[in-house]
Amino acid sequence: MYALRRVLAIIPVIVVVALVVFSLLYFSPGDPALVLAGESATPAEIERIRGALGLDRPYLVRLTEWSFGVLKGDFGQSMFFGRSVAELMLQRAMPTLWLSLLAMVFALALALPLGIIAAWQAGRAPDRVAMGFAVLGYSMPVFVLGYLLIFCFSVWLGWLPVQGYKPPSDGLWPFLSHLILPALTLGVVYAALIARITRSAMLEVLQQDYMRTARAKGLGLWSMLLGHALKNAAIPIMTIVGIGFGSVISGVVVTETVFNIPGIGRLTVDAILRRDYPVIQGVVLVLSGVYVLINLLVDLSYGLFDPRVKY
Amino acid sequence: MNATVASTTVASTTGSAPDGLSLRDVLRHPTIMIGGSIMLIMIAAALLAPWLGTVDPQSLSGARRLKPPSTDIWFGGDMVGRDVYSRTIYGARISLMVGLSVAAISITIGLTIGLLAGFVRWVDAIVMRVMDGLMAIPSILLAVALIALTGASVANVILAITLSEVPRVSRLVRSTVLSLKERPFVEAAIVVGTPFPALLWRHILPNTLAPLLVQGSYIFAAAVLTEAALSFIGAGTPPEVPSWGNMISDGRLVFQIAPHLVIFPGVALALTVLAVNMIGDGLRDVLDPNFRAR
Repeated sequence: MYALRRVLAIIPVIVVVALVVFSLLYFSPGDPALVLAGESATPAEIERIRGALGLDRPYLVRLTEWSFGVLKGDFGQSMFFGRSVAELMLQRAMPTLWLSLLAMVFALALALPLGIIAAWQAGRAPDRVAMGFAVLGYSMPVFVLGYLLIFCFSVWLGWLPVQGYKPPSDGLWPFLSHLILPALTLGVVYAALIARITRSAMLEVLQQDYMRTARAKGLGLWSMLLGHALKNAAIPIMTIVGIGFGSVISGVVVTETVFNIPGIGRLTVDAILRRDYPVIQGVVLVLSGVYVLINLLVDLSYGLFDPRVKY
Repeated sequence: MNATVASTTVASTTGSAPDGLSLRDVLRHPTIMIGGSIMLIMIAAALLAPWLGTVDPQSLSGARRLKPPSTDIWFGGDMVGRDVYSRTIYGARISLMVGLSVAAISITIGLTIGLLAGFVRWVDAIVMRVMDGLMAIPSILLAVALIALTGASVANVILAITLSEVPRVSRLVRSTVLSLKERPFVEAAIVVGTPFPALLWRHILPNTLAPLLVQGSYIFAAAVLTEAALSFIGAGTPPEVPSWGNMISDGRLVFQIAPHLVIFPGVALALTVLAVNMIGDGLRDVLDPNFRAR
């Protein structure tokens, strides 16, 4: 029942998102008919194109048509690239997918140990150092960190390429070497967020009576921290992984600009600079949809970590 | 989406500030002291910008063009020969103004919506669904969408970031109100017939103050970061405005030969955000009885 309710609960969210996104295009100042008709078009020609595109019809009619189109995967035509928005997004999806995946791996690999050590050593030096790093990572603008890393590892040390993207088909090292710095950049902010929650969730669990019992019966430190405490702290951690993914999506837009990666984020920035409203609309809609979906999956996964959660 | 957990991430304080807590305790908290000092320097820089050895941040000079930092030109010059030091100092004005405005406006609106949602059932049902929808759009994208629509200006940037922060504040206030309504002192006040305005003023509002103060500083920090990111990708303050995001955006094309164009505004930006986050963390430690107990 819980699962069904949770799935149904995303419907109003999606409706609101779609309304906001559609209104964006509807009220946008650029007139697609004007762009298509070219500069030498007469007012009559423009009017004819407006009619052909259906731009002269009322808000609700266009909203309904647009919604059905989106459900079929039709996000309209880009005003600049001369292609469908769906095609553009598909073409740019892979770099973004790899980037966010690797960023998430880095973030978890960094955040979980930091958070666990901080909770275990609460109030002592390791805790302060770990949480100091977390605040620093949390406050670091993504693009500033990106340029710092490029400067250190690419310009100075020359270990990694400065910018660009290579698909996995070009070989593993070219692919990874281009992706390490952007993924690290993007992962740090996310890691800071996760580390803080990991610490507070672990602290809460470590104060429980059963943890004292576990220690009293002579359970080893690691199986206590990882087997007992981390498992019980998993739900808040998973939740922040889901919510924090919003910062990854926002970060993708910036990171892809810094590292010149031809992904969805770069597409967004190109679309902003060219006032390509259908593309902006499609990207905002799809990325928000991904965000909602990820959080739905997170909520549904609670049962995996805690059998007491009943659906 | 995850109402309960979202609010725990920002200290879901529902009690009043612990007894005997004075302003001195707050100011003596180490992270507040460090963060506060950095902030004071930034505020001073913003207010006193014209008297700090700066020149007009827009003025061009061929002699300064791409010059590295030196004793004459402290932070060097940019591609068109503007003085990076002056632009960095003046940039503090934009960042602080955006941070302060977004925090103040989103708290005012969010508080109103949250109180309404906490007390009026039908408002709760409708408005909170809209808030859920707004929260589902990642903040930079929501801002990008709005600014693409309205055009780049400082006011529109403030408006756009505010829109993505309001749902978070309303949610926090709403959950605070809902849990306060269950507390004995509020129930008692209702039973003895306290008029609603008095109930609100004397019992509810003072208890939302602590979590709002903490949330407000996090919003300030997030707004400064978002403004810079928006300007960096070309959807923020107009390009001629000396904001840190614009400066980094201008500098990025030549950052391999002139890294100072990215470093100085970058450090100023990171320091400001760090300072505000430290103040937020400190306030949370001091104001939240749960954290004090530890």
